[in-house]
Amino acid sequence: MTQDIKFIQGNEVCVEAALYAGLDFFAGYPITPSSEIAEHMAVRLPGIGGKFLQMEDEISSICAITGASLTGHKAMTATSGPGFSLMQEALGYAIMTEIPCVITNVQRGGPSTGLPTHGSQGDVNQARWGTHGDHAIIALTASNHQDLFQITVEAFNLAETYRTPVILLLDEMLGHMREKLIIPKVDEIPVVKRLRTAVPDGVDFHPYLPREDGRLPMSDFGDKHRYNVTGLYHDMWGFPTSDPQVIHGLIHHLMDKIENRVEQLTRYKEYFLEDAEVILISYGSSARSALHIVKNRRKRGERLGLLELQTLWPFPAGLVRRKTRQADFVAVVEMNMGQIVDEVKKVVDQHKRVFLVNRVDGGFITPENIKDMIRLIQGRGV
Amino acid sequence: MAVHNYIRQRFFPHLWCPGCGHGTILNNMLRAVDELGISKNDLVMVSGIGCSSRISGYVDFHSLHTIHGRALAYATGVKMSQPRLNVLIPMGDGDALAIGGNHFIHACRRNMDLTAIIMNNRIYGMTGGQFSPLSGEGILCTTAPQLTIDRSFDTVELALASGASFVARTTSFHVREITKLIARAIQHKGFSVVEILSQCPTHFGRKNKLGDASNMLEFFKKNTTPFGSKAKQDNPELIERGIFRELDIPDYCADYERTIQKAQKGKSS
Ligand SMILES: Cc1ncc(C[n+]2csc(CCOP(=O)(O)OP(=O)(O)O)c2C)c(N)n1
Ligand code: SF4
Repeated sequence: MTQDIKFIQGNEVCVEAALYAGLDFFAGYPITPSSEIAEHMAVRLPGIGGKFLQMEDEISSICAITGASLTGHKAMTATSGPGFSLMQEALGYAIMTEIPCVITNVQRGGPSTGLPTHGSQGDVNQARWGTHGDHAIIALTASNHQDLFQITVEAFNLAETYRTPVILLLDEMLGHMREKLIIPKVDEIPVVKRLRTAVPDGVDFHPYLPREDGRLPMSDFGDKHRYNVTGLYHDMWGFPTSDPQVIHGLIHHLMDKIENRVEQLTRYKEYFLEDAEVILISYGSSARSALHIVKNRRKRGERLGLLELQTLWPFPAGLVRRKTRQADFVAVVEMNMGQIVDEVKKVVDQHKRVFLVNRVDGGFITPENIKDMIRLIQGRGV
Repeated sequence: MAVHNYIRQRFFPHLWCPGCGHGTILNNMLRAVDELGISKNDLVMVSGIGCSSRISGYVDFHSLHTIHGRALAYATGVKMSQPRLNVLIPMGDGDALAIGGNHFIHACRRNMDLTAIIMNNRIYGMTGGQFSPLSGEGILCTTAPQLTIDRSFDTVELALASGASFVARTTSFHVREITKLIARAIQHKGFSVVEILSQCPTHFGRKNKLGDASNMLEFFKKNTTPFGSKAKQDNPELIERGIFRELDIPDYCADYERTIQKAQKGKSS
């Protein structure tokens, strides 16, 4: 069979993968460097009978996809820093009401308007902590188009499986870069369908009562079960409550369904870790440069390895601890002032072995940048 | 069917103060639904945050109680993804026109077939009586101890200027009119706005020495007149009630269906 090979931008990969995952509803507001996602959605969706909405801002965009998800549709919005900031309250609402959806943030330099046309990885902690109150979140990323396709499909799968918003963190480099993509064949990547309740008409349906396996079957708005959805603390019917026991139960459920499943949620790749003395930890487009330098140094006999994280949240603490045990030191390569490095320091036995290798001037972190900083760390001079 | 058939009994008692106008609006809104014979399964109520927005929990429809000011944005997603549903959106004046003002004008412009009901008590009830963009000048409230200097919107003019295809106004005194106008608004294909002047005796009435709920209702009776009446010419101060616009233009979802057809024709040729 012939392969379906494309040479496209990362933003377009995200669109094709979302459609593969079953998306048929998109709402968004233009912002660089994510606008191509909306543009490609506008081209692709009507043709398959899907819905595309250009809303008046990012707040209404995330609200609209949340509403569409409730009627049974797989939905996504896409934005960049300033828009992602606007979405935070409604993100918390989707977490609290357990409505699956995907929010893509093609990161650019911040804070504020920052660097609209330059890449950054400055929103990693915002993805984790941007909305108020205790909560758990899933955030995924990838470093190349083939992986981005896979990870985008997984974002939808995890959103459905755990009834939660999932954040897909791209960055400007990845979003605008063109490279080869082989479109996976139908069924090559499993697609998780919406889990709908089997409770018959007329029988009391509990939208917020988890099954034994922890999953919560849904019922489409407009179908036979009428229930309440609210961002207030609520009971198993979705009715507001101030009963301490119910509140305790709900906040623990919202945290535990994600934080207790770190292993199942962890996606990563590893290169030359077995005997590595120096381990680089990286993610997203920076991992491309990290991989390049690792391969390059290996040729010279230097024992470098790379752990590429694709799941950033919940942070794969166990994985990082296990994989870095024998390393002399760990260098976290990221394009921010040090966001994942703090997480790594928390879990590695001797946090003094952990260094930040970063670049935050709007330029892409190059293999050369990484090499120079590693030499400095090793006390070898540049 | 009687009104109580549309109510979630287990959700009661409600949280509204005695004399609050919001309950009257709920009652007459349900009569409108009953008159039209809409199945409960075909009705979604979407609301934001405020005393008024609590209405969605009390009704036995699909109910979505969202965040402050964004009800119309959620409703847009519900309707666009499932156009066969009737979507009712009750909102407070602050909810709809302060924090939600941008969504409001764009919903008017877009003309999606949604029914927005603005329960205008000219105050922020839920947060304890701060002024709203509908309070107008010279009002005593917790955030304007020297009286408000902010000028107000006129909801009807704003809706008309923004392109809503159905625009109406009544008050919590004119209960049969509430039922009639909401029924017409639901039937209307396109974005409908029904503003209902409502009373908050707790925060607006008490502070502004307007008496109790019955005095406030009396005010609505005395100071309003049907749209286009002679009384308005004689006394321009009167607030008009009735239907200000009812325009038969294509709604957004119908237009989008044509977009789909165009895209699919383009594909096959
Ligand atoms: C983002 C945000 N800001 C502020 C609030 C606090 N708040 C809750 S209800 C409300 C105003 C309520 O007034 P209105 O919408 O007129 O409805 P009413 O209570 O009078 O019926 C405010 C400011 C909030 N919940 N969310
Ligand atoms: S505070 Fe005002 S608006 Fe709120 S329930 Fe009481 S009377 Fe009604």
